[in-house]
Amino acid sequence: MTWDTDFAISILPRLLQGLWITIQATMAGIAIALALGLIVAVIRYMRVPVLSQVLGFYVLFVRGTPLLVQAYAAFFILPTFGIVLGPLLTGIIVLGVNYSAYTAEVYRSGIEDVAKGQWEAATALSLPARPTWTRIVLPQAVRSIVPMLGNYWIQMFKDSAILSAITVSELLYVGQTIGADQYRYLEPLTIVGVLFLAVSYPAAVLIRRLERRLAISR
Amino acid sequence: MSTIIEYAPRLWEGLIVTLQLLVLGSALALVIAFAAGLGRMSRNPVIRFPFAAFIEVFRGTSMIVQLFWAFYALPFLGLELPAFQVGVAVLALNEGAYAAEIVRGAIKSRPTGQTEACVALGIGPVTRMRRILIPQSIPAMLPPFGNVLVDLFKNTSLVATITVLDFTYMGLEVRTNTGETTAVFITLLVVYFLISMVLWFMMKWFERRFAIDRTKKASPPKLWAIARPGGGGVGA
Repeated sequence: MTWDTDFAISILPRLLQGLWITIQATMAGIAIALALGLIVAVIRYMRVPVLSQVLGFYVLFVRGTPLLVQAYAAFFILPTFGIVLGPLLTGIIVLGVNYSAYTAEVYRSGIEDVAKGQWEAATALSLPARPTWTRIVLPQAVRSIVPMLGNYWIQMFKDSAILSAITVSELLYVGQTIGADQYRYLEPLTIVGVLFLAVSYPAAVLIRRLERRLAISR
Repeated sequence: MSTIIEYAPRLWEGLIVTLQLLVLGSALALVIAFAAGLGRMSRNPVIRFPFAAFIEVFRGTSMIVQLFWAFYALPFLGLELPAFQVGVAVLALNEGAYAAEIVRGAIKSRPTGQTEACVALGIGPVTRMRRILIPQSIPAMLPPFGNVLVDLFKNTSLVATITVLDFTYMGLEVRTNTGETTAVFITLLVVYFLISMVLWFMMKWFERRFAIDRTKKASPPKLWAIARPGGGGVGA
């Protein structure tokens, strides 16, 4: 029993639907990660007593534990507190929170790279804190870290397959379901792998090109 | 919480399996990293291409997809392995592919003067690599290797999805048997976290121990700078 092309073509539409869910989860997840990571990075940089330390531990803890266990924990624990979100929404939040710990570190490195003179100039011109961040520091900080954030986006896209464990009907889950129904795993799971590669590899090449472009123009 | 204590032996069994995966997986990953990293640097395209393809395929898909493929699809091609072996092999191949790029990057970033000096002294390519370039590159490899090690450790949890009775799997089992959802998952998260911390500190110690620049040894480890995550995609 080897490769059956007709079968492979017949299951392709369902797998593409799964890919679409994967892409949606990744889009929503990265949006959360970018926003939450920025908040964490700024608060930590401002050294707010207690809060900064708590967030520092948050970053360390999230990065020190497996995404799969985090997903299971959220999926099983939240309903016991009466919070019922459904698998997809739970999965998106877990992805977003998990990656916010990584993006926070990326933002931090970007903020630290902004020349000290920029802060001093803002102080000398008695620019209030808010425009100092939004007009001076963050625009310069973000530019250099765009490729790094892009790499995390790709990483999240690949990692979203872990959400199949909490029954999110993304690409791997669909492939697995087809395999179990038909008892033919070779075609669905191979296509799943190829589809992940078909998105992530070109994206990675694009990011690498972007990285080179942003680096030269500095 | 007290009901979990009864099941502690089951969790302990699972933890042992997880640690076995960590040790076997990382040892094998190290071998694969050097084989594939050096293979990809070969001038001969017949050698270079397969290693490059291996690295890109394993980095371009996630480990859970590779696990499912190796566990469910591979038997259809006539290769059926026990779940634990699949787990070790996929862990090693996946993280080995990431580490191969670290090996390649570290060796390539050696100053060309080292290679030129070897040529001038008539040191052949094999000795040059083994005695000059690789030893010099090790300190540069250690920090990113640390991240790969922690990633590998965290990824051991994924084998629970292909029925390996690891720590995560046992946790799920205990949850089903006791209904102590919150206590079980907090236990899992805390134990995983503590082991990650141990690995981080261990790698920091190695970094200082093998630093070329002696002044670095004096500076204390900076906890926040520890884990540059394995990061994503190509060129991370």
